Amino acid sequence: MNPSLSFLSLLSLLLLFSSALSFQSDELPFNDDDEFEGLRSSPGSASVAPPVRRRPDLDISSASDSKSLQFSLEHSLGDSEFSVAGTFTARLKSWTHGAQTLTKLRFTRNAISDTEKGLFERLLEDDDFYTIRIPSNVLNPSGKDYVVSSVRARCLPRESLDEHFVIHTDGVNVLSVNYGSAGGCQYPRPLKSPSKWSFSSYTVLKNSEQAPRTPTFVEQIIASENALEEGLQPPEKSFWAKYWMYILPIGFVLVNAMAQAANAAAEDQNQGGQPSQRAPAVRRR
Amino acid sequence: MEARFLLGFLLLLSLSSFAFAIYEDQVGLADWHKRYIGKVKHAVFHTQKTGRRRVVVSTEENAIASLDLRTGDILWRHVLGKNDAVDQIGLSLGKYVLTLSSQGSVLRAWNLPDGQMVWETDLQISNPSNSFLHVLGNVKSGRDSLSLVCNGGSIRAVSSIDGLVVWKKDLSVDGLKLKHVFQPPESDTIYAIGFIDSSLIALYHINAKTGELLKHATQASSVDLSSEISAISSDSLVALDTSRSNLLLIKFMAGTITNHKLPLSDIVQDFSGLAELIPTKSNDIFVVKTPSNVAFIKVKGDNEIELIGKADEAGIVSDSLILSEEEQAFAVVHHSNNAISFQVRINGREALTEGIKIEDHRGHVKRVFLNNYVRTDKSHGFRALIVMEDESLLLMQQGEVVWSREDGLASISDAVVAELPVEKEGGVSVVEVEHTLLEWLKGHMLKLKGTLMLSTPDDMAAIQAMHLKSTERNKMTRDHNGFRKLIIVLTQSGKVYALHTGDGRIVWAHLLTPLLQSESCPSPSVLTLRNWRVPHRKALQENPSILLVGRCGAGPESHGFLFIVDSYSGKVLETQILDHSIAEVVPLPLADSSEQKLHLVIDDKLNAHLYPRGSDALEVFVREMANMYYYKVENAKEVIKGYAFKKGCSTGSSAYCFGTRELWSVVFPSDSERIVATARRKINEVVHTQAKIMTNQDVMYKYISKNILFVATVSPKAAGGIGSAAPDEAWLVAYLIDTVTGRILHRVTHQGAQGPVHAVVSENWVVYHYFNLRAHRYEMTVIEIYDQSRADNKDVMKLVLGKHNLTAPITSYSRPEIATKSQSYFFTHSVKAIAVTTTARGITSKQILIGTIGDQVLALDKWYLDPRQTANPSQEEKEEGIIPLTDTLPIIPQSYVTHTRQVGDLRGIMSFPANLESTTHVFSYGIDLFYTRIAPSRTYDSLTDEFSYVLLLITVVVLIVAILVTWAMSQKKDLQEKWR
Repeated sequence: MNPSLSFLSLLSLLLLFSSALSFQSDELPFNDDDEFEGLRSSPGSASVAPPVRRRPDLDISSASDSKSLQFSLEHSLGDSEFSVAGTFTARLKSWTHGAQTLTKLRFTRNAISDTEKGLFERLLEDDDFYTIRIPSNVLNPSGKDYVVSSVRARCLPRESLDEHFVIHTDGVNVLSVNYGSAGGCQYPRPLKSPSKWSFSSYTVLKNSEQAPRTPTFVEQIIASENALEEGLQPPEKSFWAKYWMYILPIGFVLVNAMAQAANAAAEDQNQGGQPSQRAPAVRRR
Repeated sequence: MEARFLLGFLLLLSLSSFAFAIYEDQVGLADWHKRYIGKVKHAVFHTQKTGRRRVVVSTEENAIASLDLRTGDILWRHVLGKNDAVDQIGLSLGKYVLTLSSQGSVLRAWNLPDGQMVWETDLQISNPSNSFLHVLGNVKSGRDSLSLVCNGGSIRAVSSIDGLVVWKKDLSVDGLKLKHVFQPPESDTIYAIGFIDSSLIALYHINAKTGELLKHATQASSVDLSSEISAISSDSLVALDTSRSNLLLIKFMAGTITNHKLPLSDIVQDFSGLAELIPTKSNDIFVVKTPSNVAFIKVKGDNEIELIGKADEAGIVSDSLILSEEEQAFAVVHHSNNAISFQVRINGREALTEGIKIEDHRGHVKRVFLNNYVRTDKSHGFRALIVMEDESLLLMQQGEVVWSREDGLASISDAVVAELPVEKEGGVSVVEVEHTLLEWLKGHMLKLKGTLMLSTPDDMAAIQAMHLKSTERNKMTRDHNGFRKLIIVLTQSGKVYALHTGDGRIVWAHLLTPLLQSESCPSPSVLTLRNWRVPHRKALQENPSILLVGRCGAGPESHGFLFIVDSYSGKVLETQILDHSIAEVVPLPLADSSEQKLHLVIDDKLNAHLYPRGSDALEVFVREMANMYYYKVENAKEVIKGYAFKKGCSTGSSAYCFGTRELWSVVFPSDSERIVATARRKINEVVHTQAKIMTNQDVMYKYISKNILFVATVSPKAAGGIGSAAPDEAWLVAYLIDTVTGRILHRVTHQGAQGPVHAVVSENWVVYHYFNLRAHRYEMTVIEIYDQSRADNKDVMKLVLGKHNLTAPITSYSRPEIATKSQSYFFTHSVKAIAVTTTARGITSKQILIGTIGDQVLALDKWYLDPRQTANPSQEEKEEGIIPLTDTLPIIPQSYVTHTRQVGDLRGIMSFPANLESTTHVFSYGIDLFYTRIAPSRTYDSLTDEFSYVLLLITVVVLIVAILVTWAMSQKKDLQEKWR
């Protein structure tokens, strides 16, 4: 291929891709408006909570009362019985309209005992489940119902054992707890032991989102009709945006023609001047 | 300018799919519609000398229909609502059909010839109970006749002409249940007899014209009275006691009641067990049915009774039919193997016995309705309407089955699709070819005439008929496009039918439960059916088969059974009575070496039993067991639990039995939420692409997981019907739950919304329908789920260099980074069923199939429900075909796939792919069946039937000729050039 031609086509290719290469924000649209208390708790050390961002709609009805309550996390390693593994502390807020909600969740893990460590190593070897549970009604933890969650033990170890709780609540009821590793868990799961036998925990409390109201468009439709009557034109596009599809092929054709002309000229020169070393590009009968 | 023109053209092109509908002459080409009535429970014959002979029936499916007695065709039919069960039907004035429904609270009159409703009366009964209708023939107030409706202790007299309540009498006696009302001929007094608390007999004399209570009397009974009675004459009736072994003869002459106890063992020898009274009309004869025989008993004089006839085997006895003043006939039907013996007894003596052969797939006789006619020799002839175990309806006359109706198909409970056999090579006879050639030529001549507009109306009709019965679509072989398939359906009665998609005919039908009936399996009932073996690469030569799973008893702990049935013939390949119960059947996406699909049967103790039993099946399962999960929605406890499987089960040591361990649970607070609907993706759904290009050239990755479960809960107060809760007390919470880890992926609350909720999940979206109390309208919401963890893969260079995570295995244990987009719309209709189209490769755009309140199926394009919509879409968005956001989903009349048909009492819609990507089969069922093929994005991958192959051929020929000519010309010119 003629070098000038190939260069030009590369250029046009680049042009085509330029739209794909233009700046794209890769920011994660993180619209978690729930109270997030990501906190690292290592056994024994007191945890410090970051400032709590409150939802504006909750601020309207001021809290009349708030008291602290505790409920425990229980875990089961493999098929063993459930045993207490940590304590959640939360504040119970009572709103003037009677509802109660949990806020300011904190979590402290108990230290891992040697037997637990042994059991956990067994779990890692068997790629078995590590199961946790918390009472579904935190006001009355003696109730029979627990929300249970499990994870493959091999998903947890990193530096230490990284765990991530998402507790879905509805008022004072715990609907479900999602338990898992803090980040991803690759598959197939390799066997690896944590360098530090302690849990580092992150907890998130989640409430239900409110669905937006179904929009009604009567006014807007009227408005848009008015706009139509006024003959509002859409904003004009740039010259290039409008006619690129015509310009591009014409450019190609031009480039082609130029290349051919150049070739022909070169051939003429060759025929007129010194004998050519190269075979002519096109042989004509 | 041109660009705008091009744009407009493109828009027009995309809009053209809006207007996709079939033409009038295309109706019936790809679709069929079958009407049924359901299992008949009452029948009234109307065989007057003039007019059509017909029978009016009411059914368990709450349908009222008038059938032609000669052919069995439906003359008219009405389907009452689900909560409007028909209690009784009757004829009035010889031209109205009266129906009493909703536990005796609604009385309606229908015009007999055409089924128009004449009037409807709400009887305003406070405590509906067993009530009965009695049409008085001779209360002559003008031309009117009264219909009496008795309910507990109250009587209402309704005018037959206009349905007005003429009078109302509340006897206001606690515990009174009126049992019988009659009126002696030429009398203005009505006698009403009832029982008070099963120990007292009460008699009331009521003025028929005013409802005034003239007289009443009570008398203690010597036995405990059951509710079964039989009126035997104008002044006496027979009742059965609660032990069902003694009869009580009650006489009520001149306002006094006498009763006399008669032990049944005195009348019928070797009597044992429980007796049953067959309702009779009069003539001093009554019929008692005992487990071993049927006795015809006559009352003579004072308290004397005599056995006048006996039918030995226990058969099915019809109601009595009055032939004349003295004569009364009964039909007794016995069933043995594949024949039934039909016996008519007049006054207890045998008058007629016929043996009739019937197909053995109909099971036993369940009900008989007898009717008589006058033969040519002026003697009595009898015909009978027989309801069989499979809910089919037969008319029997002169020892023959005159017609039969497969009304079991009105109660389909489950359906699967099976392939037809592969066409065999060769074996077509010359005659057949010649015949078809002639037909083909004829057909083409006709078509040509049609296209040239030379055809007469007769020709047009012939073309239409040809279209309709084109043999191609009814062949019993597999076709290239996958249009011909078998729909295998299971009905409530446990009968399995195979229907051909071409014309809806029944290919085979089998009632399998009688095969099992034994001591170990007393009352088998089929629960569900699944594909057991699907033709696949390795198993192309093997016949496909289906699995039927059922229970031997009523309770959830009773043993299960399974059948494996050949899909082509309906032959039973394997029968097995299981040693465990059945709670759920979970089909696995695995198959053993002979391509039998693996199924897990979960029993009531949460053990999982693997089928088929075979070492290779076990091997396949154990290899994948670590990645198998099971979830269970416990509606009663408002809990969803997830389980993993482990070796060894709690009940036995079988290698095929696995235990479960609880992995996760979601507990909905019972004081604020009730589970009302769950939905999940179809297990065999194909998704074509995981990427979705946004308008700004951005790529979003769909979160495609087979484990998404949609759950909708409502507040307990709003769990009732619409109107049971105020908007402030009602809310609906929609959840998306991962069924492997129990993770709640998304949770959203709709304030002021309530059920009924219907939902469908497909690809990465869910669409659900509910009622918005604030807006007083139905609403539909779409939620689309996108995977953010893959969002980085937008970079082309990364894709080229392979630095992407698109091929990495996905595990549910990774914390998903998902984003949801959602939008709500108002929707005009309430919904009975909802489904989504599925195509072979998932490329074709989707349509949501909505079963509307009008019993029609509406195909709504998914892109009407697009969360990307905005009120004022930009130019790019318009180019992509995103329509402006509207608050209400449009309903375009042409998008009803059922066109003008109705699928009575629509219950389910099923969509299954054809081989052709553009086309999908839609099968909807209720009391009626409707099948059609639809192409959600038009048939872009095949030519339509109207495509002119001739034109194409001519064009090709012309082109070839032109090429040849020009070639010759150029040759010639070349030659001339060279000569020059």
